[in-house]
Amino acid sequence: MKKQKTIYESALDQGISRRDFLKMCTALAATMGLDFSQTDNVVEAMETKKRVPVLWLQLQDCTGCSESFIRSTHPKIESVIFDMISLEYTEVLSAASGVQVESNLETVIKKYKGEYILAVEGSVPDNAGYLMVGGKSAKDTFIRAAENAKAVISYGSCASWGGIPAAYPNPTKAKPITKLVKNTPVILVPGCPPIAEVMTGVIAHIITFGEIPELDVAGRPKAFYRHRIHDKCNRRAYFDAGLFVESFDDEGAKQGYCLYKVGCKGPTTYNSCAEMRWNGGTSYPIQSGNPCIGCSESNFWDNGPFFTRRAKVPGTQITINPDKVGVAVLGATAAGVAIHGAATVAKKKHDEKIRGEE
Amino acid sequence: MTERIVVDPVTRIEGHLRVEADIDDRGVIKDAFSSGTAVRGIEVIVKERDPRDVWAFVQRICGVCTSTHALASIRSVEDALDIKIPENAHLIRNIMNAAVFLHDHVVHFYHLHALDWVDVVSALDADPKETSKIAQSISDWSNSSPGYFKEVQNKVKKLVDSGQLGIFANGYWGHEAYKLPAEVNLMAVAHYLEALDWQKEIVKVQTILGGKNPHPHYVVGGMATPLDINSDNGIHAERLGHISQLIDQANTFINQVYIPDLLAIGSYYKDWTYGGGLNNYLSYGDFAPKDHYDIDSYRMPRGVILNGDLSKVHDIDLKDPTQVQEFIDHSWYEYKGKTQDGGLHPFDGETNLHYTGPEAPYKHLDTDQAYSWIKSPRYKGQPMETGPLARIMISYALGRKDVKTLVDDTLAKLKIPLSALQSALGRTIARGLESVLIAKWMREDMDQLLANIKNGNQVTFNASKWEPETWKKSAKGVGWIEAPRGALGHWIVIEDGKTKDYQAVVPTTWNASPRDKKGNIGAYEASLKGTPVADKKQPLEIIRIIHSFDPCLACAVHLTDLESDTQTEIRIG
Repeated sequence: MKKQKTIYESALDQGISRRDFLKMCTALAATMGLDFSQTDNVVEAMETKKRVPVLWLQLQDCTGCSESFIRSTHPKIESVIFDMISLEYTEVLSAASGVQVESNLETVIKKYKGEYILAVEGSVPDNAGYLMVGGKSAKDTFIRAAENAKAVISYGSCASWGGIPAAYPNPTKAKPITKLVKNTPVILVPGCPPIAEVMTGVIAHIITFGEIPELDVAGRPKAFYRHRIHDKCNRRAYFDAGLFVESFDDEGAKQGYCLYKVGCKGPTTYNSCAEMRWNGGTSYPIQSGNPCIGCSESNFWDNGPFFTRRAKVPGTQITINPDKVGVAVLGATAAGVAIHGAATVAKKKHDEKIRGEE
Repeated sequence: MTERIVVDPVTRIEGHLRVEADIDDRGVIKDAFSSGTAVRGIEVIVKERDPRDVWAFVQRICGVCTSTHALASIRSVEDALDIKIPENAHLIRNIMNAAVFLHDHVVHFYHLHALDWVDVVSALDADPKETSKIAQSISDWSNSSPGYFKEVQNKVKKLVDSGQLGIFANGYWGHEAYKLPAEVNLMAVAHYLEALDWQKEIVKVQTILGGKNPHPHYVVGGMATPLDINSDNGIHAERLGHISQLIDQANTFINQVYIPDLLAIGSYYKDWTYGGGLNNYLSYGDFAPKDHYDIDSYRMPRGVILNGDLSKVHDIDLKDPTQVQEFIDHSWYEYKGKTQDGGLHPFDGETNLHYTGPEAPYKHLDTDQAYSWIKSPRYKGQPMETGPLARIMISYALGRKDVKTLVDDTLAKLKIPLSALQSALGRTIARGLESVLIAKWMREDMDQLLANIKNGNQVTFNASKWEPETWKKSAKGVGWIEAPRGALGHWIVIEDGKTKDYQAVVPTTWNASPRDKKGNIGAYEASLKGTPVADKKQPLEIIRIIHSFDPCLACAVHLTDLESDTQTEIRIG
């Protein structure tokens, strides 16, 4: 086995200048929500770390998470898979198929025990017959790969919460992967799918700092899931002013009024959409006139309907009447506070529930 | 004596696919079996839901052809409820669907399929100056200097030297079925990387118009994204300019990179004529310039070809109960408690999980019994191929001028007859050729949208039937589209404002279907028969042919129509 090169060495080898390398580190630091002064830490880490082996397992999924991942703008996906990590097993990109790709998986589990990262998308069905890969139970393969990993990254809402396969009536009795991991740290990166730069940002954090990012009580990186979309929404001023879209394509929609009354789940959804936006900062659903469906929240499929705002905030006794929200500015502020309070209570209860299950 | 070989998982696809093939002592495939090995069950999950929400659920059938199922779904609801959408909404949907097509086809060619034709490691032996000459002789694309190719070669070298090959680890490098000179391999690797960068750009069309990608937003009745060139929150000149620029870049990339690469690679493989298969082709058609219900106006036409007979294009009616039917003779499902029965039209469809396959771990499936989570859709009892090759053949048979010119020019350049298209390579060529047309239509639709706005028409949504109180008590509808992988239909039954029944019959369900009761095999299985395999331990030929269809397994096997009160009846293994 040849000596493995550090990320910096391999960057130099690939003709990347020191200057470009430093720029890449700065972009990485920004992606991870780090202060500019922390760029030095990123530089140091990239200069000294080897490419970390990554296994990517797809369970009951739609490949939407893998697809989102390859859309990463900063860092670019080419940098991620050729400079930062060594993606040894992926059903989407691996050149090898069949026994050859299965042997890649086995080699990594054996050779890099405790050192590799396991990325997972998709939920796990109750019964092996519902999900076989390589003639083996994908659930068993996952458990084995997770036991020997340094950390598990749970990409998407299916792996993190159960997602769409687990929506009522959950025909395959699908479960989130968290139920099957015992001693390996798990990072939840929910979303349907998650934002590309959040996905690569989490990997960059682990590689740069040699540790998993600080997580909230639900197990999500604080850097990306600390705020509700509502907190940073570009339509927020209209919510506070009590100006709402009543129907799609109406005058309010054209003016950019708040989408709360057409179902927006932004006030109860923790994600970076309003902050980082999608596809290199191009837009996000609310900016493009569509109500948020809350796709990074646990059980969001069963918290619909999507185009109607429930008068009652789920999980609380606090009710609000959307039609009366923000009749006057003063009223709007009061109601706004009430909604935030309610959402916080709902969130807290939810987190307690998750902790209780652990 | 035959030997059964297995490829599982087939990678560089969407989802979980297993292929078993019987190879005789001359090394030729005598019989082949395609099996979907995972199931989720989304159609049952949408039951009782608000029909206006269903698009979001079924969109998650697939994250690769993201948005195709959402579009089929909203069209099914609009058909059921007789909702007419504004022309602008239709154009925006076309533009978004075109973006998916172009993203999907380019990613398929470079990232999912190319490595079946291109030997990455061989690129190390290339002379970058020669690669530069070749590149400049086939295209005006500007990244073509010797220095540029040298840099790409260095990247590959360093990757190989690092001992960590990552996604290229354990490929079939050096296999005798690779035919390209090292210089062409190097060019293809360079474009693999460029396409990886480009693909993240084209999807921004969907982000601007639908908020995100994968899985952009849709709405029954039109589009929610408002057009308003004088509002900071509408789609205004900057946003429209961004979309225009992305469309122009797509046209350039396809015509200057994708097509020249396709022809260059194709010229070395034109004698490898395997992978044809059924010669039955199906297309529902799509890309109407103004109105989806004006089927005659489709730029991608509707039709059926049987037994390769291009002199006759048959019609198809998605609501006729005798035309499209799904069979389960070799699938892990039950119809009304029976493992075998006749076919069911999707309006009457049902799918109850009934796994009778082997327990894990297993070596082989019992292919005399049920062996897949994929059902067997049939058109008047016939298995069909759907997708780019089917669409090109149908257009050609109908004498569509744009397709005929493009196909005839390509055949002349490669010096091959029309019949040579009925192969794995032909399927791959067809995918490239239709990309040229779709990129052109995307420009046309954008220009029409701009013209409408200029004429003062900024309407994108029809609110007249938004409220369920305005709906009929019960209604049925079909939504069809052409998706990158072929004909896609969603059938919905609405009752009392809720989704009563829902069925999707998906391109990969057609193509990857197991055999039916009469022994009619599906398109994948037919395409593998008769193919010589050089090395049974490295069956590159099998994955090359299967990849030419661009499999999407999550699409094919999402089907579950499980009544909640019959859950206890599921019997396992």
